[in-house]
Amino acid sequence: KNEISPFGVDFEILVSLVYIKALLCSVAADIISTVEFNSTGELLATGDKGGRVVVFQREQESKNQPHRRGEYNVYSTFQSHEPEFDYLKSLEIEEKINKIRWLPQQNAAYFLLSTNDKTVKLWKISERDKRPEGYNLKDEDGRIRDPTTITTLRVPVLQPMDLMVEATPRRVFSNAHTYHINSISVNSDYETFMSTDDLRINLWNLEITNRSFNIVDIKPANMEELTEVITAAEFHPHQCNTFVYSSSKGSIRLCDMRASALCDNHSKFFEEPEDPSNRSFFSEIISSISDVKFSHSGRYLMTRDYLTVKVWDLNMESKPLETYQVHDYLRSKLCSLYENDCIFDKFECVWNGSDSVIMTGSYNNFFRMFDRNTKRDVTLEASRENSKPRAILKPRKVCVGGKRRKDEISVDSLDFSKKIIHTAWHPSENIIAVAATNNLYIFQDKVN
Amino acid sequence: ASGAQGPALVEGVGLGMAGADSDDSLYPIAVLIDELRNEDVQLRLNSIKKLSTIALALGVERTRTELLPFLTDTIYDEDEVLLALAEQLGNFTMLVGGPEYVHCLLPPLESLATVEETVVRDKAVESLRKISHEHSPVDLEVHFEPLVKRLASGDWFTSRTSACGLFSVCYPRVSSTVKAEIRQHFRTLCSDDTPMVRRAAASKLGEFAKVLELEYVKSDIISLFTALASDEQDSVRLLAVEAGVSIATLLPQEDLETLVMPTLRQAAEDKSWRVRYMVADKFSDLQKAVGPEITKNDLVPAFQNLLKDCEAEVRAAAANKVKEFCENLPEDSRETIIMTHILPCVKELVSDTNQHVKSALASVIMGLSTILGKDNTVEHLLPLFLAQLKDECPEVRLNIISNLDCVNEVIGIRQLSQSLLPAIVELAEDAKWRVRLAIIEYMPLLAGQLGVEFFDEKLNSLCMAWLVDHVYAIREAATCNLMKLVEKFGAEWAQNTIVPKVLGMANDPNYLHRMTTLFCINALSEVCGQEITTKHMLPVVFKMSNDQVANVRFNVAKSLQKIGPVLDSNCLQTEVKPVLEKLASDQDMDVKYFAQEAISVEHKLRFLLKPLQSVSPIMSVDRNHGFESNKTYNKTKLNPAARDDTLM
Repeated sequence: KNEISPFGVDFEILVSLVYIKALLCSVAADIISTVEFNSTGELLATGDKGGRVVVFQREQESKNQPHRRGEYNVYSTFQSHEPEFDYLKSLEIEEKINKIRWLPQQNAAYFLLSTNDKTVKLWKISERDKRPEGYNLKDEDGRIRDPTTITTLRVPVLQPMDLMVEATPRRVFSNAHTYHINSISVNSDYETFMSTDDLRINLWNLEITNRSFNIVDIKPANMEELTEVITAAEFHPHQCNTFVYSSSKGSIRLCDMRASALCDNHSKFFEEPEDPSNRSFFSEIISSISDVKFSHSGRYLMTRDYLTVKVWDLNMESKPLETYQVHDYLRSKLCSLYENDCIFDKFECVWNGSDSVIMTGSYNNFFRMFDRNTKRDVTLEASRENSKPRAILKPRKVCVGGKRRKDEISVDSLDFSKKIIHTAWHPSENIIAVAATNNLYIFQDKVN
Repeated sequence: ASGAQGPALVEGVGLGMAGADSDDSLYPIAVLIDELRNEDVQLRLNSIKKLSTIALALGVERTRTELLPFLTDTIYDEDEVLLALAEQLGNFTMLVGGPEYVHCLLPPLESLATVEETVVRDKAVESLRKISHEHSPVDLEVHFEPLVKRLASGDWFTSRTSACGLFSVCYPRVSSTVKAEIRQHFRTLCSDDTPMVRRAAASKLGEFAKVLELEYVKSDIISLFTALASDEQDSVRLLAVEAGVSIATLLPQEDLETLVMPTLRQAAEDKSWRVRYMVADKFSDLQKAVGPEITKNDLVPAFQNLLKDCEAEVRAAAANKVKEFCENLPEDSRETIIMTHILPCVKELVSDTNQHVKSALASVIMGLSTILGKDNTVEHLLPLFLAQLKDECPEVRLNIISNLDCVNEVIGIRQLSQSLLPAIVELAEDAKWRVRLAIIEYMPLLAGQLGVEFFDEKLNSLCMAWLVDHVYAIREAATCNLMKLVEKFGAEWAQNTIVPKVLGMANDPNYLHRMTTLFCINALSEVCGQEITTKHMLPVVFKMSNDQVANVRFNVAKSLQKIGPVLDSNCLQTEVKPVLEKLASDQDMDVKYFAQEAISVEHKLRFLLKPLQSVSPIMSVDRNHGFESNKTYNKTKLNPAARDDTLM
């Protein structure tokens, strides 16, 4: 009865996730700013505020330790971005990695794009297990040989050595953004990617760094007329000509690059009419979309705003198909969340491999999962103190007013400094990565 | 851990050509080999570029058994090193023992054909194509074709994309069974999962079609072409357009209509502008490939649509092709087609909303006048030229002006000159200095076509005004422009019109303008000749040697050096030399330096003018001196006195 295929996730799995490992505790002192699985799920990359990228590799299956299959261990660590200073504008450019995106694998090496506020870089991560040996002018100990004693030529021979993983910067895509880059997305044509800042979207060829095309520009002639900014953008997973971008006003625009070289005019516009009864000072802030993601199938869109996650059908622009409350209990606390700036937190959201479950973060190291079929949901906690390795996670509950039951947490005791902004879901299996400040938690369903 | 297995010292088995001679000759080779793995990329690159020297020293056998295996595994290196390696290996046949052993080069090239960097892969494929011709038919089937198959069925798309470029070179030279396999492999790659591979296949489809037998072109290639041209990714579809053009040239006329045209028609109306852009861009090739009948019936309406496309990029690409398309129309109906179908669209493009479209049109529209002849040009094209000459975008006006010669041949430029002048004046005073620079470059051409009177009357003052432009690049171009004008109009004209004005600037309070006088003299002395230079220019230069700004003084020294060859030796000795000697004892070190340099060059000059007797010893000293100082000292300076005096 409980046989579960990787693509048939249901609620059973949501509540049977087991804690695998808190990964980064010793590796990164810095706050994790992005988490991303590669297309096979064998690798997992994180970026942090210090400009560093850490790549984890999944343990290979081994007969004697079958349970270790789900574990991820550090594969490569490198400094992707350094802090810079723009002398023309007197601006500091932070090294913080805003986004990481993996490229489809093209040969034995792996490639990823990482970006900070201004510059996107293409990195190659490759293995080397041989090194050349034998010199003509030096002997084995490295001593220089007398040139007169060289009577034969020696061609170096490659000898096996310990596996070495190297990360090399392959391309730097810079000087194309006036504002801060919030998203990058690789196109399904394997040839181009886009980078998005607050007001513009640029299209790049992965092989050309000195030229990019601007495809969306919402900058008004007069900056005082500015009413909205772009918050995120993503390419369609299969249709190379389609992309969406979300705005701070809670709308999503879908553009077709076939129609025109400049996509200032959208072809679809998704927006939910505002409920007048809910209108308040905070309406606009909390309706700002912090993340937008296409489903793997390409049929649906998911957006995250401050209090909800919405799923949209590409064929219905008027309203979302599904709306899930992430932490509706915060509605009464918006005032204090505004004061401590938490209301501007940009939570991300992810789909599972089969698009049937969605996950997003909250406060107090809580993260939420919603099963789209059964409409059930669960709140889980990422913490080292409360989880033992391979123990099943206990669902958490937040109580609103009234009597607090055992195991429940009152809204007032939530810790707003512990937020889960970035999460990632393995592309085909039930393995999730949850970033909580400087810790990366990996959970996996029990069946494995 | 390194010492565990010591590197095997390979005994010199067959040292080959160089090795046997003497041990001394080994040392430089030994250095080259060691530097193949130096930490410095530049040194590795140098070594790779001298790979043939290494191979020659090792001899063919060791090259095959030791060097190539080593190179096969060095694909970890930087792109530039790999690129150089891929290129070298294409010329390595003789170094591995001739065509008999050429297959030894396949393994390193195969590994290079799988790296992620496109330029390296392309170079590896190019070298593979090159050496494929050196394989015997048997080797081609035993060694080369299996490599192509391996690449074509590789796990990663990089190897599969590389395979696409190799089918066409081996196909003509293999047996019919292998041919069938090759066709099958190509077919598979055309429907590969990754768009990268489909794109590579689409871009090689035309080339592959060329080597196929006609029956297979009809049976195989057409279906592949149709499939690629309706691929879900527009990046694939657009590449199929070019393949379609190649295929069309291969097919007999009667098959074109049924086999190729439906797909091409569909491409010209594709939903994606990038595909339509590609059709517009390849339109002339397409026109040639399908012949006059289809052009008349199909391509003319298609071209009209492209000129009216909703996407500016497409219209611009089509506008670029207007002249070529019209030129290649069948002669019997050319004029009618242009007048009734093309010209109305062109008229609309003149007032297009997009400036790139207008400027693309402006760069070719003048060419239509030769095709249409005088009467049509005057009646229909002239109003369009005039409208474009008044366009708000400077690039449009520039493109018209730069192509004036076509119209000049047909109707003479006078017809245009009334509108031309305001357009030129406006460009000459444009706020963007690059626009001003562009128009200056057309000045000699315009002057030649408009004639000296018109020039003196209307344009001369502009040319002089540029000499005092506040951008150096403009002043420099203006100087060069004067020289070209003098070449056109002669020294006498120069003496009457521009020399007095140029020399007048020597008294300008601004030292930059005074220097412009010197720069003009540098440029003009040769074209004006000895008399004008000695009589009119030299006194001014001498006078400026007393200038209070050091920059002017050292430019005097430089000018004297430049105009030296124009002067006679007497003048050099009695007039130039004292001035230079005075400058050589100037307080300013830069003035001193340039004066001394001029003196040394002058020296040489005077000896050259004299009989040859005592020349050689002094010559060599001089040359040496000049060479050394040039190398170590080559700067200009701006001294404080000069800085007070800058423009604006």
